[in-house]
Amino acid sequence: MVIKAEHINYIYGKGTAFEQHALKDVNLEIESGEFVGLIGHTGSGKSTLIQHLNGLLRATDGKLYYNGRNIYEEGYDMRALRSHVGLVFQYPEHQLFEIDVFTDVCFGPKNQGLNKEAAAKRAKEALTMVGLDESYYKRSPFELSGGQKRRVAIAGVLAMNPDVLILDEPTAGLDPKGRDEILDQIKRLHEERNMTIILVSHSMEDVARYVDRILVMNQGEKVFDDTPKEVFQHYKELEAMGLAAPEITYVVQTLKSHGVPIDTSITTIEEARDEIIRLLGK
Amino acid sequence: MGIIKTSKLIFDYIRKDEEENIEEIKRAIDGVSLDLEKGQFIAILGHNGSGKSTFAKQLNAILLPTEGTVWIQDLDTSREENLWEVRKKTGMVFQNPDNQIIGNIVEEDVGFGPENLGVPTEEIWKRVDESLKSVGMAAYRLKSPNRLSGGQKQRVAIAGVMAMRPQCIVLDEPTAMLDPNGRKEVVKTVHELNRKEGITVLLITHYMEEVTGADRVIVMDEGKVVMDGTPREIFSQVEKLKSYRLDVPQVTELAYELKQKGLDLPDGILTLDELMENLLPRFAERFPGEVILENGGSHGN
Repeated sequence: MVIKAEHINYIYGKGTAFEQHALKDVNLEIESGEFVGLIGHTGSGKSTLIQHLNGLLRATDGKLYYNGRNIYEEGYDMRALRSHVGLVFQYPEHQLFEIDVFTDVCFGPKNQGLNKEAAAKRAKEALTMVGLDESYYKRSPFELSGGQKRRVAIAGVLAMNPDVLILDEPTAGLDPKGRDEILDQIKRLHEERNMTIILVSHSMEDVARYVDRILVMNQGEKVFDDTPKEVFQHYKELEAMGLAAPEITYVVQTLKSHGVPIDTSITTIEEARDEIIRLLGK
Repeated sequence: MGIIKTSKLIFDYIRKDEEENIEEIKRAIDGVSLDLEKGQFIAILGHNGSGKSTFAKQLNAILLPTEGTVWIQDLDTSREENLWEVRKKTGMVFQNPDNQIIGNIVEEDVGFGPENLGVPTEEIWKRVDESLKSVGMAAYRLKSPNRLSGGQKQRVAIAGVMAMRPQCIVLDEPTAMLDPNGRKEVVKTVHELNRKEGITVLLITHYMEEVTGADRVIVMDEGKVVMDGTPREIFSQVEKLKSYRLDVPQVTELAYELKQKGLDLPDGILTLDELMENLLPRFAERFPGEVILENGGSHGN
């Protein structure tokens, strides 16, 4: 497995009046090539957790393994870890700064010590992966649309050639089409390059549609870790945590409560449509 | 005439180089004529770059028309002597709550607007009281804004606007940065203000679910108004909305898909309850004795 966390605890401001236990005994294993969704309301610890996975935060207590090696052992190369585990922050377009798109995407690989040609090759690949062709290369990142800027920012991380890509709400603030475009692109990276993806999202509908497995964080603890179908069966518990299930879950649960023999693990529109049509014998 | 009226409104963003030569002109609003009725809850939809935020900024004279006119209760926004009155009448709430909060404690923040308008101190406190109550944040009066959740911050920002006693509130994607709970909180607050205080609301959003309760939905694309009607009228046109890079609520889409498969359902189903009203009788017929029509349990949002 690519990532393994053992009994991770993290305390912000330890010993101060603002001490806060942000992660409580978190255990998890992520296999190479998985597409994992991470959900939890604001303050649940999900952002703290992902910052541990590429070493930006160091656990107060516990062990974290990347490809079998404990990243907290002495002499571990944190710089290399950050190349392997790429992190795309929320609103990553706020971090664009170069004069044109291409130079911006080259920044990461150059910083990794690659020469100009090698960095340019990586940048080209990365921009192709996010669907931006050469006509964008010389444009200023600041004159692009919101969705385009975000793709440039994601390309900046992809250019560092990560094995694991973590995205913190990559679709926040985008219109529905822009949202679908970004998520489809991420899905392609997962399918075509077998990249391990961790997607932090507030949208239960997106999570239900794209990921194979969901981790739910609540008050610093991992409370669920299962397939979307299993996790969303617990919609009442999710609501108590300030979350919800996809709208479709409510449709099938309501039908079930009226006695319709429908499969309540359905979470997407397509599944619900087919099941309702089948039941009504159309 | 309504509270807000625009006539053949055009707005161009003009980019100039160092020598002030015009490099590019981008038309953000292209001939919008609208008449918005007082007391209504109006939603504006449109993809990123459709011109909806630019339109919002015209409504309290942050931007002024390149051509055409905007009136806020008969006041032409392009006349400088109207500026203060216009800004008193329409309050704005933006996307990022952290950019809008300036006070060290909540009551200070809410009082800033009326103080700036020269309202007497006693009256300011009265307004702070009322505004915080109207958004359900009275208990947080003496708290520091930066300890609040995103939804709470946004409600404080709305209270700050309410304290200026506007006729109309324009909210430009107020929920885009919030989690589902915060989103619900804010939308509920805005609906209450509209219902109880009669404030005209203009809500700009990407979230289709937030629009179903509106009186009127306006869809913008390429700076033009391309659809205008009730939520049911708008959301019954699933394919058309998709062509404008938009979406419909999931329940609406499911009903649409079922209809495509030959199920006879009305157009533009907006809520879970409506869907159930239409589906349950069919299931009751198909599974006699098993399916009950009255509510078997409390589900739903």
